Amino acid sequence: MNALDITGLRKTYKGGVEALKGLDLSVRDGDFFALLGPNGAGKSTTIGIISSLVNPTAGQVSVFGYDLHTQKESAKACIGLVPQEFNFNQFETVLQIVLNQAGYYGVPRSTAKERAHKYLEQLDLWEKRHARARELSGGMKRRLMIARALMHEPRLLILDEPTAGVDIEIRRSMWTFLKEINEQGITIILTTHYLEEAESLCRNIAIIDKGNIVKNTTMRALLSTLSTETFILDLAETGNQPTLEGFVYRMTGDHTLEVDVEKQEGLNPVFRQLSEQGFQVLSMRNKSNRLEELFVRLVESGRQQQGTARA
Amino acid sequence: MHKQNNWVALNTIWIKECTRFLRIWVQTLVPPAITMSLYFVIFGNLIGDRIGRMGGFTYMEFIVPGLIMMSVITNSYSNVSSSFFSAKFQRNVEELLVAPVPTSVIIAGYVGGGVARSILIGIIVTMVSLFFVEVQIHNPLVIVTVVLLTSILFSTAGLINAVFAKSFDDISVVPTFVLTPLTYLGGVFYSLSLLPEFWQIVSKANPVVYMVNGFRYGFLGVSDVGITTSLSLLVGFNILLFGIAYYLLKTGKGIRS
Repeated sequence: MNALDITGLRKTYKGGVEALKGLDLSVRDGDFFALLGPNGAGKSTTIGIISSLVNPTAGQVSVFGYDLHTQKESAKACIGLVPQEFNFNQFETVLQIVLNQAGYYGVPRSTAKERAHKYLEQLDLWEKRHARARELSGGMKRRLMIARALMHEPRLLILDEPTAGVDIEIRRSMWTFLKEINEQGITIILTTHYLEEAESLCRNIAIIDKGNIVKNTTMRALLSTLSTETFILDLAETGNQPTLEGFVYRMTGDHTLEVDVEKQEGLNPVFRQLSEQGFQVLSMRNKSNRLEELFVRLVESGRQQQGTARA
Repeated sequence: MHKQNNWVALNTIWIKECTRFLRIWVQTLVPPAITMSLYFVIFGNLIGDRIGRMGGFTYMEFIVPGLIMMSVITNSYSNVSSSFFSAKFQRNVEELLVAPVPTSVIIAGYVGGGVARSILIGIIVTMVSLFFVEVQIHNPLVIVTVVLLTSILFSTAGLINAVFAKSFDDISVVPTFVLTPLTYLGGVFYSLSLLPEFWQIVSKANPVVYMVNGFRYGFLGVSDVGITTSLSLLVGFNILLFGIAYYLLKTGKGIRS
């Protein structure tokens, strides 16, 4: 059974803006799924409809087989939502917020207290349990929203840009936590602008643009479509310029070399040639995130196709 | 959702609402006590002695039920309108919309909070009135029924106001321009029999008249309107407003895109 099945989902807002144009999407049970797209692509509208915050114009959504329209309460009970914007009562304490959320899902107070301890501890918020939400830092607020979403132990967790504005250390710890709960069986749908995050966490991916899915595949299959990668190499001073036979390359600084490497070629010939010419490589890095490159390419090609279809 | 779950959800919303108004008790519980004390001093003690008897009672005895009712009406309305609008404004209403809480439970939880605050204030105002007059009780069942139905009615009305409100100004418009005139002209300070016949008929179009008089009947045993009419209208208005509130929340008016 799929965790999520969306068929022909449409949403036209009052002003006439068509946010979703018949979107189809399935997410398997246990998956860690990335939903990516540029701003205004329809990600938040899709998540809003799944979580009952936006009324769809047409289409069907089912969560673990429960129809969101006809079996609303059963479907809702399966979902935990971590929204993009902070949406808790700023005047309530951390503990009140998570306990209330559990109560809305019918979790008895004694069980809710045990879970609050568990999740606040895991997300490093237990010490702050009596602090009012407005007193928390941005990273703590993000973690509070994750703890709140887990209080009824949902089968499907939807995270809408959960690490926006969070420093790298906390982001990494959140990734570890999310990987752990996914391994425990919770299906996760993630939207993010940090493509490195999607690449590191997700097994499957859909790219959405202008209300349509332009790509829906596995992360591995998507990344394998990349044929060329660009590497930046910092070289030690020799007073000479390197030459690389069989490669497209350029010097972008006195000691900085950029090389385009075909996937099947590998990096060994580059290092061999540089070594033969007496160059020492001090450091090396990717020019751009691989997924970012693909993302831009897919969105652009999707737009071109739509433009051609209209013409 | 299981019935037991609904009960837990209702209890959670109700306790949250009560915690909210108790946390800010200086803003929610103290002002009505002070305002009503001033009414008792000015209208009851200072001016009341010169007005003489009304409906067979001293003026102070006459206005006590009306003043209690006035605080119940204004506080039940403002509690729910400000609380629900704040939840909309801070977007924490989304916590409820995402959860499998039935619409009727959301309404009952918020209205329950408004009722709790207004009843508590009603008790406080009654205690204050004991410093000025010996309160009589003619029919306790009528008192409890009328005060409960009235606080439920105005709590529901406050909820409807909050659903439509787009700014904090919008939740003060109705209390200022509708509720206050209806309450002041609803027979709190006078008996309708003092008015010319035409204005008596006009006054009977004011629903607050039936609440104030029904409540006064419970205390003093006198009323300008029939107690059955009062109770019937209260029940009717409650059904009507609950239906409107249910429809608005169910369809997501003002809270869902």
